[in-house]
Amino acid sequence: MMKQILSLDRYRYSLILLRELVITEFRLRYQGSVLGYMWSLLKPLFLFVILYFVFVHFLKVGSDVPNWPLALLFGIVLWNFFSEITNNGVGSVVGRGDVIRKINFPKYIIVLASSVSALINLLLNLVVLSVFMLITRLDLSWSLLLTPIFIIELFVFGIGIAFILSTLFVKYRDMNYIWEIITQALFYGSAVIYPLSMIAKSNNHLAQLILLNPITQAIQGARWSLIDHANLTSASLGSSVLMQLFPVLLSIVTFMFGAWFFKKNSPYFAENI
Amino acid sequence: MSDDKAISVKNVTKDFYLPHEKSSKSLKSTIINVYRKKNNELTTQHALKGVSFDIPKGEFFGILGRNGSGKSTLLKMLAGIYQPTTGSIETNGKLVPFIELGVGFNPELSGRENVYLNGALLGFTRKEIDLMYQDIVEFAELEKFMDQKLKNYSSGMQVRLAFSVATRAKADILLIDEVLAVGDADFQKKCYDYFKGLKKTGATVVFVTHDMSAVREYCDRAILIEKGHITHEGKATDVANEYLKLFMPDQDPKKAKKGITRFGTGEVKLENIKHIYTEEKLNISFDVVNMTDSTKEGLNLGFDFYTDDLLITGNGTKYIKGYEKGFILAPNEMKHFVVEFPNNFGNFDIELTMHVRNQGGLNICDEIKPAVKFRSNNTHLVRFFKVTLPMSVTEN
Repeated sequence: MMKQILSLDRYRYSLILLRELVITEFRLRYQGSVLGYMWSLLKPLFLFVILYFVFVHFLKVGSDVPNWPLALLFGIVLWNFFSEITNNGVGSVVGRGDVIRKINFPKYIIVLASSVSALINLLLNLVVLSVFMLITRLDLSWSLLLTPIFIIELFVFGIGIAFILSTLFVKYRDMNYIWEIITQALFYGSAVIYPLSMIAKSNNHLAQLILLNPITQAIQGARWSLIDHANLTSASLGSSVLMQLFPVLLSIVTFMFGAWFFKKNSPYFAENI
Repeated sequence: MSDDKAISVKNVTKDFYLPHEKSSKSLKSTIINVYRKKNNELTTQHALKGVSFDIPKGEFFGILGRNGSGKSTLLKMLAGIYQPTTGSIETNGKLVPFIELGVGFNPELSGRENVYLNGALLGFTRKEIDLMYQDIVEFAELEKFMDQKLKNYSSGMQVRLAFSVATRAKADILLIDEVLAVGDADFQKKCYDYFKGLKKTGATVVFVTHDMSAVREYCDRAILIEKGHITHEGKATDVANEYLKLFMPDQDPKKAKKGITRFGTGEVKLENIKHIYTEEKLNISFDVVNMTDSTKEGLNLGFDFYTDDLLITGNGTKYIKGYEKGFILAPNEMKHFVVEFPNNFGNFDIELTMHVRNQGGLNICDEIKPAVKFRSNNTHLVRFFKVTLPMSVTEN
């Protein structure tokens, strides 16, 4: 009975902390900038404008996919979400080292707080996206109800990686550089800025292989469900059921391993930071 | 653990593994080390070596020790910040640590925002802080400054704000590390008042400090930690006295390292021991200081000459004419002595003893072994065996 009350207390404590840390992170992010939170919207928007001009306007990529500019914006927004969870996650634990050394609290809250900040950012960005969807008078299909599932998948995968990276970063301070490079590679490898159909046309197997990556699979799925069914998914490429399920399983396994790895090492963060 | 105990510590050890490099381990060095199968780059530091004690509920418990004795490590383990290497720590009830005031304070946030953040770390919801916010601000006397950024606060203002939040914490067990060391007299009075208040609430308080008057006043019991062991445990006043004894001047850690042992009551001490020698003579000079406020009579000096820990020869002042009944030192008086021996007896470690001979027998005030490591260049040696060494004394 006593134990139960204590664990409930601890759960309540975690929630209080999570809330305060998220608020703090948001307050601090755009400290002293004139436009403040607006930058959360402006950053992906400008990236979109640049990529739109380079890829759609000059290189004529994606002309075969209907509403490709919208899909491109959605992809960038989702990619930024994933990149923010992982890249902010790497240094999150070490960044709170001063607190960790002085008080005992559930450490996973730190990683969760930086992920939740990214999630709030994503929601703001989705507002921008929906404005564009209204302007272009996009026809919506009932499949949009599936969109949150793909976002959750990306979130789960991202947090799993953030757990692993933040734990490793406590001991190995090379992790942030390594992850920056990997993120660059993933950005070009995940079919964010080019339509997957471009690859599928010449090499169907390669497209199927790229879709094993949870990031690609989630982004493509989200594009398919919200923007246009012409965006390729594993199902539309005729992958086996196992190949269709693989990215989902990988996300879950990554998350579970990450949580276990983090939990196992977190009691020693205070003395290793 | 029985219900009347707040904290139970059983046989706790704590080792830290410190890399030789100053910087954090890089992937490169790990890869290289794995490749070379070289894991001896870590030094193990034994911060605590088997510590056990219990703290009953409602007790004010002091943890005393010098810097680096392991007391802060122990406190951090009680707080759950560090994990014990072996052994177990059980706590019973809600625990709030004050390892430092104002944990999580961010200079870029306003005073108000910091109150909420710091409060959250102590377990308060926004609503709870809303209710006590006015009290916190008034207690800290910072009404006009709450919307300014913390970086514009003076350090005294920051401490006041932090303390004001901290004192709201409702806990069964409080861990307090040197909190009273900061702030002006006015602030310290507030801290003491808070302490007095805590005693009435029945909270268990673990208190790490160097302030012995606070220990004597507030603590019921205390432990003294030296080099990772508990050397004394008991009534706070007794342990506080033991702590102060650590700072008697005969505890010179530098000398202990060189294999020099020194003990005695410390009432009369030997200082500035030097030696010079010529072909014929060995002169040892030193000061004898009366450390007390009373006159010391019947003082004698002894000189024992050892080779490989074997007592070979020696002499003492009581065998010298004019010193038979010992010499006298007035309160706090210092006398300079020069003692002369012949230099024809080879290499010796010389032990100096300062003792008082009275009705009760021999009372050693200060004994240093070896006080002089004498390495003669004399090749023409005459060995004395168990005979009194010729010696003369001058004093000024």
